[in-house]
Amino acid sequence: MSTPVSELTPQSYKSDEHPIWCPGCGDFGVLASLYHSLAGLAINPNNLVVVSGIGCSGRTSGFIKSYGFHSVHGRVLPVAMGIKLANPSLEVIGAGGDGDGFAIGGGHIPHAARRNLDLTYLIMDNSTYGLTKGQYSPTAPVGFQAGSTPYGNIEQPLNPLAMLIAYGATFVGQGYSGKPRELADLITRAIEHKGFAFVNVISPCITFYNTYKVIPPLLREVPRDHDVTDRTKAFALALETTHVSLGVFYQVSRPTFEEGVAEVIKKAQASSPPRLDEIFAEFS
Amino acid sequence: MIDYVFRVGGEGGEGVISTGEMLTMALARAGFEIYTFRTYPAEIKGGHANFQVRASGKLLLSYGAAVDVLLAFNEEAYQKHYKDVHPGGVVVYDSDSYVPPSADSLIFYGIPMTSLATEKVGIKLTKNIVALGVLSELFDIPFATFEELLKDKFGRKGEMVVQKNLLALKIGAEYAKGQAKRDQIRLGPGPRKTKELVLSGNESLALGAIAAGCRFYAGYPITPATDIMEFLAKELPKLGGLVVQTEDEIAAIGAVLGASFAGKKAMTATSGPGFSLMTEMLGLAVAAEIPAVVVDVQRVGPSTGMPTKTEQGDLYLAVYGGHGNCPRIVIGLSSVEDCFYGIMRAFNLSEQFQMPVVVLSDASLGHRKATVPVPDRSRVPIVERRKPQGAELIDYKRYRFTPDAISPMAIPGMEGGGYVAEGLEHDERGFPAASNHEMHLRTTQKRYTKFQEVEAIANELARSYGEPHPDIGIIGWGATEGVIREAVEMAVDKGYSVGALHPKILYPQPLAKLREFMEGPKAIIIPEVNFTGQFATLLRKRFAYDFIQLNKCIGLPFTPKEIFDKIEEVAAHVHAGQRTHAAKL
Ligand SMILES: Cc1ncc(C[n+]2csc(CCOP(=O)(O)OP(=O)(O)O)c2C)c(N)n1
Ligand code: SF4
Ligand SMILES: [Mg+2]
Repeated sequence: MSTPVSELTPQSYKSDEHPIWCPGCGDFGVLASLYHSLAGLAINPNNLVVVSGIGCSGRTSGFIKSYGFHSVHGRVLPVAMGIKLANPSLEVIGAGGDGDGFAIGGGHIPHAARRNLDLTYLIMDNSTYGLTKGQYSPTAPVGFQAGSTPYGNIEQPLNPLAMLIAYGATFVGQGYSGKPRELADLITRAIEHKGFAFVNVISPCITFYNTYKVIPPLLREVPRDHDVTDRTKAFALALETTHVSLGVFYQVSRPTFEEGVAEVIKKAQASSPPRLDEIFAEFS
Repeated sequence: MIDYVFRVGGEGGEGVISTGEMLTMALARAGFEIYTFRTYPAEIKGGHANFQVRASGKLLLSYGAAVDVLLAFNEEAYQKHYKDVHPGGVVVYDSDSYVPPSADSLIFYGIPMTSLATEKVGIKLTKNIVALGVLSELFDIPFATFEELLKDKFGRKGEMVVQKNLLALKIGAEYAKGQAKRDQIRLGPGPRKTKELVLSGNESLALGAIAAGCRFYAGYPITPATDIMEFLAKELPKLGGLVVQTEDEIAAIGAVLGASFAGKKAMTATSGPGFSLMTEMLGLAVAAEIPAVVVDVQRVGPSTGMPTKTEQGDLYLAVYGGHGNCPRIVIGLSSVEDCFYGIMRAFNLSEQFQMPVVVLSDASLGHRKATVPVPDRSRVPIVERRKPQGAELIDYKRYRFTPDAISPMAIPGMEGGGYVAEGLEHDERGFPAASNHEMHLRTTQKRYTKFQEVEAIANELARSYGEPHPDIGIIGWGATEGVIREAVEMAVDKGYSVGALHPKILYPQPLAKLREFMEGPKAIIIPEVNFTGQFATLLRKRFAYDFIQLNKCIGLPFTPKEIFDKIEEVAAHVHAGQRTHAAKL
């Protein structure tokens, strides 16, 4: 039987499927933070759907005791959109890797951001394709050397935060798997945000691109006096090269797609009675 | 029996199609059965467009053969079509634009349509309405019907617009009164007194989807499927549903799967290029057992092909598209009316069997209009997916092995129903079983077991025409049903022993029905609007039968005559005692 909502703990969200990740993988930290934040918000598992893509990170949906949808590579956002539009009362969270989200699925991001559905989207960014054994990803640095770039990566990496701010996401933040408490707080704020909330989580791949030593010295918190509603300042923060900031970069309020749909339905029903026979009559 | 073919030709974008459509509506309202065919240029504006409508006192099965009345707005229209007008037929032309050379075999009425519109009405665009007034007067199509139609059509734009159009209609009719009538074509009121709908295949399909309970549509614009999306965008919100125009077809089918997973009946419609993009997710729907309806309004391929022209070229893709052993149901739509009931069945099948259903229409069917009786929804009772009840939600197994291979499907929000819709190979609970060899066999068997029942339904749905035990058999699929039926009737009238079988479910095939049908005939013809004979090829895998293929691959549908000619040709061989097929399996 399901647990009463009042007694939900992080444990309540653990599924019977055990993570198959390498010991030390950053994704464990992300999952733990997610459990905490779900419990903190007391989200009813019966109303929660976690949609994930394909990759090591894509296995996330299986580890959460709720409804889930393990889709195909790169298609987290379209599936999540369909679910949310079919039943806006569901809590829908998308999760996937940097390859899943920014490479093969990159075409969906601008549109999800523009539409502003009330979704939370977590990217577990390890700058590599973990599952296919370590090729460079869209966030891998120039010079990254691996199977498909034996002479070093020659492509400029993309900047996820600047990209999402540019595309019109209404919540853009960044966390680090090695700081699970702060990450849980950030995920909580993202879930609470009404609109499309994007969180880039730096989550190292210990096996193929171990950045555990490189990342921590660069980290700092988003300055306390940062105005999250100022888009220009958010860009400036995202484009910084000397530091990697953690926290909320940008957050504004804009009507959601679901609200727009409700308006459309209202308009349509005002002009015509909602009956199929009336629609037939238009064609005679 | 009244049975006339009207064709309107002129510059695309200058109201040729809307003139044809108004003529169609008027003929339908006057009590005739109608059947239209239109070709329009790939260009947005300009280029040649033509619209054909056949009107008859009896049910129509094809767009007909020779033209009785050609309405030519310019020289190109005349030059392109006068050869299709049968001897004794009529050409009505805009004499301000072009005067054709006289021809003994044709009857001409030259009307200065443009100057009547500019000088007498004051609006050049009303020349189309002037032309309708001319047709009404010349061929005795009830004038009041046109008047009523114009009032309904332009009423929203205000009294002024209505009056101008009525004036144009009257001016056309009055001018025509002055013409000495040299032809015999007179329609008057038609025999049908009950009201019917005038629908295109795409409209009928969209209405059927609504009737089936579809409340979610996602799609990306593509000719010739776009009007399904536009229709639903207008109508679905009235019923509390919605349409999303996605960023591409991959997102469209993704959103459909998400919506269906969350409990809505959902659909997407596209054409070949978009359907090609959808195949990966079609497989996801099969693996995760999610109901979904995917419509492919086929156009000429490969690649961008001929976007506005018709072909039955996507059958292989519909049946086999995607990787792995990937069972899905494929339905062929055969008439405007069948679009309504066919899509209802598609939703029912997808719900009942929890698998994707691919529905094949084509440009010729999607864009032609016909009179259809007001649909009777009770003919296809609505089926809902099986959901878990009571004890099934304790230790719930989404993909539980059951005798009929259908596992109750929980919907998010149901207490105790939590599971992961899984595209990885999985066990009964939906847990990944990507290294479990035996499990892969069991789940594959589970997914294919559903076909047993689908096949039984396919046998029930296949339709037959003509002689029950014919010497010559015809097997068709999709939008060729009407022409085949008409050709069979022509042949039977001439004393040939011919009969046809038309399966509705194309995959899995109605094997029992097909086997039974193949018992008798000495030869079987399979007509298809494609190059290689895709259905014939599929059937050859099941039956060692030397089918005679009749393929047309010029972007246009068959005429009944083309099929009739093939019947005659084959009949000559059959009478000479040649059996054209080898052993049967
Ligand atoms: C269409 C398709 N192409 C390629 C693959 C192979 N593939 C699986 S996961 C993956 C990349 C994973 O990288 P990422 O999304 O960053 O996830 P990570 O494993 O790093 O968490 C690839 C290329 C696939 N499953 N589907
Ligand atoms: S390969 Fe890398 S990303 Fe994948 S589980 Fe191992 S450590 Fe994590
Ligand atoms: Mg990655």
